Amino acid sequence: MASPSTPRPVLEAQDVRKQFPGVLALDGVALRLFPGEVHALMGENGAGKSTLIKVLTGVHPADGGSILVDGRPHAFTDPLHAQQAGISTVYQEVNLCPNLSVAENILIGREPRRFGLVHWSALRKRAAELLTELDLHLDVTSLLGSHSLAVQQLVAIVRAVDVSAKVLVLDEPTSSLDREEVAQLFTLVRRLRDRGVAILFVTHFLDQVFDLCDRVTILRNGRLEGEYPIGELTPVTLVQRMIGGELAALDQLSGRDAGEPSGRASAEPFLRARRLARAGSIEPYDLDIHGGEVVGLAGLLGSGRTEAARLLFGADSADGGEVRIEGERTALRTPRHAIARGIAFCSENRKSEGLVGELTVRENIVLALQATRGWTRPLARAQQDELARHWIKALDIRPADPEAQIGHLSGGNQQKVLLARWLLTAPRLLILDEPTRGIDIGAKAEIQRLVARLADEGTAVLFISAELEEVLRLSHRIAVLRDHRMVATFENDDSVTPDRVFTTIATGAAS
Amino acid sequence: MTPHPATDRASGGAGRRLAGHRLLWPALALLALLLGNLAFHHDFFAVRVRDGHLYGSLIDILQFGAPLILVALGMTLVIATRGIDLSVGSTVAIAGALACGHISTAARPGSVATMVTAVALALGVALVLGLANGLLVAGLGVQPIVATLILMVAGRGVAQLIGDGQIITVTSAPYKMIGGGYWLFFPFAVLLAAALVALTAFVTRRSALGMLIESVGGNPAASHLVGIRAGGLLALVYVFSALCAAVAGLMISSNVSSADGNNAGLWIELDAILAVVIGGTALTGGRFSLGGTVLGALTIQTLSTTVYTLGVPPETTLVFKAFVVIVVCLVQSPAFRAKALRRRRTNAPRPHKTAGAAPQHQEAGA
Ligand SMILES: Nc1ncnc2c1ncn2[C@@H]1O[C@H](COP(=O)(O)OP(=O)(O)OP(=O)(O)O)[C@@H](O)[C@H]1O
Ligand SMILES: [Mg+2]
Repeated sequence: MASPSTPRPVLEAQDVRKQFPGVLALDGVALRLFPGEVHALMGENGAGKSTLIKVLTGVHPADGGSILVDGRPHAFTDPLHAQQAGISTVYQEVNLCPNLSVAENILIGREPRRFGLVHWSALRKRAAELLTELDLHLDVTSLLGSHSLAVQQLVAIVRAVDVSAKVLVLDEPTSSLDREEVAQLFTLVRRLRDRGVAILFVTHFLDQVFDLCDRVTILRNGRLEGEYPIGELTPVTLVQRMIGGELAALDQLSGRDAGEPSGRASAEPFLRARRLARAGSIEPYDLDIHGGEVVGLAGLLGSGRTEAARLLFGADSADGGEVRIEGERTALRTPRHAIARGIAFCSENRKSEGLVGELTVRENIVLALQATRGWTRPLARAQQDELARHWIKALDIRPADPEAQIGHLSGGNQQKVLLARWLLTAPRLLILDEPTRGIDIGAKAEIQRLVARLADEGTAVLFISAELEEVLRLSHRIAVLRDHRMVATFENDDSVTPDRVFTTIATGAAS
Repeated sequence: MTPHPATDRASGGAGRRLAGHRLLWPALALLALLLGNLAFHHDFFAVRVRDGHLYGSLIDILQFGAPLILVALGMTLVIATRGIDLSVGSTVAIAGALACGHISTAARPGSVATMVTAVALALGVALVLGLANGLLVAGLGVQPIVATLILMVAGRGVAQLIGDGQIITVTSAPYKMIGGGYWLFFPFAVLLAAALVALTAFVTRRSALGMLIESVGGNPAASHLVGIRAGGLLALVYVFSALCAAVAGLMISSNVSSADGNNAGLWIELDAILAVVIGGTALTGGRFSLGGTVLGALTIQTLSTTVYTLGVPPETTLVFKAFVVIVVCLVQSPAFRAKALRRRRTNAPRPHKTAGAAPQHQEAGA
C-alpha cells in the first residue's frame, strides 16, 4: 500500500472484519498509522470507531483481516499484550478504579518498587509529576471516584501517556473537557507527536480535527469510506463523507436556536433557589428558572456546575438555603421527591449513573417512568414497546432494536437512550448535564433543536455543557460559576459573546 | 477498497439464538450429569407407578431437590440485588424446630388445625427474621454478607434452644404431607416447589418487580437517580428469601418427621448460592434467571445422587463434588469457552498469516 518514499506504518490494519450477534460492526476496514502523525478516526455514532480500536488493541478478537505492528502480523488477544507492544489506549468509557487513589490509578501495573515492595512515596511523587505535564494539580492521594468525570478522563489520559509508547490511542478524550484542558491535552499530544509517537484520535468536534490532525480515516456504517490528508477536506466535505449525503443540520449549527422564552411573562419562576448550598461542593447560590426558559450553566472544569445542578434534583442534599417550586417551599431530599415534582436530571456520567448495562434499550428507556409508578403498576408491554419504538425513531438510536442490550450500543447511542428516558417523562424542569457528550454532529443538532422546542412548549431547562458555544446557542440566560461559586448571571442577548463569557469565567466579574 | 456486501448478517439466526440462550449451558450441564448416571445404572431414567405414587431416581432427585430449589429461589432475588443471604440455613432449622416443637406440645398433634398453626408460626417468625435482615441491609446499610452472617450464626443457636438441644420428633399425618406426602402421583413437595417457582416467575415478570430488582442490582447509583425506592425492594427480597427458606425447612423436617437444630439445612446456603451461579445469575447482581436457578439446584441434587449411585467413598465425596462443580462452572463461563476456543484456533494452522483474503473461508468453518 505505502509507496517506497513513505515510512512504514507503525500500526496497520487490513481488511478487518468484526461481527457481533446481529450486527456487522466492521466490514473490510483498513487503517494506517505512521510515526509522528496525529490521525483522526471519524464517523457517526455507531460507525465502528470504538470497535476498530478494541479490535486493534486485543479487546475483541477480529473475525477476519490482519493487524500489522511495524510491518509484522500481530494478533493481540489481550489489551495487556498491546500495551506491552507499545500501544497505549484510553478507551471511550473511563475504566479505572474509582475506589483507588489517583496515584494508584495512574501507575498501577508499573508502580515503582523498592525491595520488591511498592515504593509509595516515589509512586505519589511520580504521579504528581505526570499530572503536572497536563497542568493538573490534584491531591494524588484522593480517591479517583471523588473527582468529576472530566478529571477522571484526564487521569486516564495521564495513565496512558507512557514514555515507552509508540502509539497512543485516544477514543473521544475531549468529550467532557473544557477549552483549557483541551488546549493542554493538545500541547501534550503535539509534544508526543514530535517525539515520533503515532496518535489515533477519535472525536466528534470538527474544529479539533482541523486543529490537531494530519490525516483522517472515515468510517461509515462499519465500512471504510476513505483515508485523506486533512488538507483535502473542509468541514463540509468531511461531514458529507461521514454521513454519506448532505447534512441539512449543518447550516443550522451556527447561529442561535434560542427563541423568545415563552413563559417569562409569568412572574413566578417554576423553580426558585435561594442561598442553596452544600458544604465542600457549592457555595450558596440563587437561581430562578422559569417555564419555557433555558438557563445555561457556564464555568470551567471543577467550577461546581454539576454540583449546583445536583442540589436541584436531590441527587445530593443541600445543607443550606431553600427551594421553592411554583412558589411553594419544597425540600428536595431525594431524586424521588424531585421527580414527583416534575424534575428530571440526565447525569453526565452515563456509565456509572445512567445506564443499567445488562438491561435492554427498551427497559432503560422506560425505567424512570416505571420507577414513578412503583413495581405494582407495570407499564403494559405493548406500551413499553410503543414508547421504545417512538424514541428510537425520534432520536435515531442505532441499532433500532428495542431488545438490544444497552451495554453493547455505541457511546453516542447510549447517550441518546438516556435522553429518551427523561424526555418521555415529560418533565416541567429538565436538567441536562452534558447531554450531547459523545454525540455525533448530526444528532447533536437534532438534540439541540429538541431542547429548544421543549422550551418553546413551556418546559424549563437547565443546560450544562463544557462546550460554551452550545450553551450560548441554546440559553436565554447564563449563570457563570467559578471556584464553586456562582459569580454572575446575565441575559444571553446579542451583546454576549464567547469571549465575554470567558472573561467572566476567568476573572469572576461580569464585564 | 471495495467492501463485500454484508450478506451473512442474518445467517444462522435460529442456531445462534439457541446457542446464545442463557439456559443452554446450565441445561447441558444437567443433561450431561444425568446421562453420566445412566451409563452406570441403566434403569436410572426408569419411573414406575406403585400405589398411585411415582417412584424412580428422577423422582427422588426432584423430591430431595425441592427444598434446595426453594432456598435457591429466594437467594436468586437477593443475589440479583447484589446481595447475599447467608442466614437461610439457620432459617431452615428455626422453621423446622418451631413447627415440630409446636406440634409435639400440642393437645392434638395429628389434627389439621395444629399443622396449620405450626406452619403459620414458622412462616411468621421467618417473616420477622427476613425483615431483620432487610432492615440491616436497606435501613442501616450493613454489607449483606455481614448482616446475614449475624443471623446465620445466632439462628443456629436459636434453633438448638427451641429444641433444648434435642431432636424433636413428631407424629402428624397432615404435617408429614408437606415433605413426604403424595398428591396426583407426585410428591407434594415437588408440586409445592413448582407452584412457588411458577408464582414467583409470574409476579416478577408480569409486574415490574423483576425489572426494578435487576436495575437496583445492575446499577444502584443509576437506580437511585431514576427514583427507584431501593430500600423497599431490598426488604422485600430478604423477607421473600426467609419465607422460601422457612418452607424448605418445613419440607425437610416433615420428610423425616423430626427437627434437628444442629444439622437441618446445614450448608444449604452454599448449595443455594452455587445453584444460583450455575443457573447463570451473576453474584454481581443484575439480570437473574429463575429457570436457570431451578436447573442449577437440580444439578447439585443430581450430583449428590450421583455420589451415591457411583458409590464414591464417603471420604472423597466432597472432593468429587467440588471437582464436578468446577467443571460445570468453567463450561458455563463465556470467558473460559472463548479462551478454549481461541487456543484451539491458534494451535491450528493459521491460514491468515499468509493471505489477506483467507479469513472469509475460515469464518465458514468457525
Ligand atoms: N459488544 C458488542 N456487542 C454487540 N454489538 C456491539 C458491541 N460493541 C459494539 N457493537 C455494535 O457495533 C457498532 C459499532 O459500535 P462502536 O461502539 O464501534 O461505534 P462508534 O463509532 O464508536 O460510535 P460512537 O461515536 O457512538 O462512540 C454499533 O452498532 C454497536 O451497537
Ligand atoms: Mg465510540
